[in-house]
Amino acid sequence: METEQLIRILAADNRRRSPSVGQVLAVALAAAFPVSLALFLSTLGMRQDVMLAMHNPFFDLKFVVTLSLMISAMAVGLHLSRPDAALGGWVALLFVPIVILAIGIGWETMLPQRLPMMVRLVGSNSMTCLLAIPLLSLPLLFAALLALRHGATARPVVSGAFAGLLSAGLAATLYASHCPDDSPLFVATWYTMATLTVTAIGALAGARILRL
Amino acid sequence: MRDRDDEWTGLMRAANSGDDGSYHRLLKLITPALRAAARKGLARAGQPVDQSEDIVQDILLAVHLKRHTWNPAAPFAPWLFAIARNKLIDTLRRRGRRIFVDIDDFAETIASEPPAEVVPAGEVALHLEALPARQREVLQSIAVDNVSIKETALKLAMSEGAVRVALHRGLAKLTDNLRDS
Repeated sequence: METEQLIRILAADNRRRSPSVGQVLAVALAAAFPVSLALFLSTLGMRQDVMLAMHNPFFDLKFVVTLSLMISAMAVGLHLSRPDAALGGWVALLFVPIVILAIGIGWETMLPQRLPMMVRLVGSNSMTCLLAIPLLSLPLLFAALLALRHGATARPVVSGAFAGLLSAGLAATLYASHCPDDSPLFVATWYTMATLTVTAIGALAGARILRL
Repeated sequence: MRDRDDEWTGLMRAANSGDDGSYHRLLKLITPALRAAARKGLARAGQPVDQSEDIVQDILLAVHLKRHTWNPAAPFAPWLFAIARNKLIDTLRRRGRRIFVDIDDFAETIASEPPAEVVPAGEVALHLEALPARQREVLQSIAVDNVSIKETALKLAMSEGAVRVALHRGLAKLTDNLRDS
């Protein structure tokens, strides 16, 4: 086909508008979240003392950390969906959850504790955490990757990694309501490991499916 | 160069607000720049430069289907060259060469470059044949017979809306098949 002919086709299709990547991502996550939620409620469920736990600032801090991770990762992921986007200072957004968590750790060490540091770090639920967060994040990751495919990233691996981070952040938000371990040391260790697993899966998947 | 960029950006903004003519003109204007860049890339990869037209069409399809990722407040050229660079790297990599594509390949296209010999592109035409009949008929009517959407609708006894839908789906499918090939 002559290029001139192809151009005629494209021009004829000009008025067809696509939704923005942000809109597609919002719809995709809204569709996938109930799946993860159902998976969570039918297997783990919230912890028994959740009403009581809400009065513990370290329980609440977990949600601040996981949600800020999700929001930061989503912002970077959407930014990168433009082909001419520079990564630049955007990565600094990831410091938001990290700094919040670091403040939490510092805060906890200043309070008198019943349990020694290592016990708080190892916790009672680490294996569940390592399994649950990646499993709960899979439907979300799938949705996020499909949505980012609607974009045009120049960095498929990095974009995939941010899809992993955002879905891990959301999955960890669910898991945090089950998790009996509230110490920021526990979160910094096990949540981080689980999140990095999902990030790696996202990066690998991104390399294949986010190519322009 | 500055004037050229401003002109492209202006045309793309007009296209976004529904001016098909501006969009047609923009695509025609960027094609020589894309062709020159594709030829340079091929030459550097040690591949026959007369294959450039397949790459040009591949880039044009990507530009079309990803144009919602262009920020209308920003100039158009950097976005265009980013799309083109990625498509070119991808194509050359798929053909088995690691290649570094310089952004200057795109920025420094000389307008007076002589019209070069090109092999007519075959890939898009090939994948066009594989489309569902209705989509293929619509695309061919507009491309080959140079018939407007309105006339195509009359000719194929479809509504204009249905023609537009078939056109868009056909293009999306064509692009998917090209990417997976």
